[in-house]
Amino acid sequence: MSNELIDFVIVSVALLAIGIYGLSVKRNFIRMLFAVEIVINAANLNLVAFARFLPHSGGQTFALFSIAIAAAEVAVGLALIIVAYRMYKNIDVADFRSLKG
Amino acid sequence: MVDSLFLGIAVLTIVSAIAALEMRSLVYGGIALMGTLGGIAGFFILLDSPFVALFQIAVYVGSIAVLILFTIMLVKRELIFQKKEDTKRRYAGIGLMLIVMISLGAIVFNSGISSITTDEPAVDYREIGEDFLIYYWPALVAMALVLAGSVTGAMILARRHDEVEDEQRTD
Repeated sequence: MSNELIDFVIVSVALLAIGIYGLSVKRNFIRMLFAVEIVINAANLNLVAFARFLPHSGGQTFALFSIAIAAAEVAVGLALIIVAYRMYKNIDVADFRSLKG
Repeated sequence: MVDSLFLGIAVLTIVSAIAALEMRSLVYGGIALMGTLGGIAGFFILLDSPFVALFQIAVYVGSIAVLILFTIMLVKRELIFQKKEDTKRRYAGIGLMLIVMISLGAIVFNSGISSITTDEPAVDYREIGEDFLIYYWPALVAMALVLAGSVTGAMILARRHDEVEDEQRTD
């Protein structure tokens, strides 16, 4: 292979940092979901890269599990967005105040 | 040595990830997110894992991105283009991003992974199948139940309570 493990890990670190930026700055529910997806994909990239270079099948298996669980998470997240939009007529998380003490 | 294909996919993935978060319109942001997810699938192909790449395209680019786009279209037009942001928070976020990037990058460069290379053949599909059906079958069953439960839960959550509204109207 012409590419090394560290190249993939660096891309993964960059994606993780972008995801953390999105989670900390954005107040839009859908954009926060985008950021979560980017973080999950960074983790999956790491899993598959290490699985290729060790080499071990476990990384690919766990990446497949992770993709399936992420699909479930997005389904619930989008349903929550729809419910929150119906209740507050907004998707800004700063406006979701029902659970605040 | 990094080849040009890797470099192209890396640029596509990172630029579209930034675009997904920074584009004014949520619809274009969702399309940019599809670019990021597709780029990750490209990395999986470069890593000799075509099965995971196809799974990624089918699940992420195929279903999740479309689901996100449809949800965006259910939201009011003004909210799609709304971009309320605190400047201080934005600079703090950029600082946090740089700190994460630099500290994790330093850890990665100082660890021994820069010396890891491989000439061994890629993992076979059969090994993944054995993993799923022999070693991790309870996890596979649990995952199936979680998926079924979450999709059912999502449908119940998003359901309109028309009966209650009808009763209120008749009252």
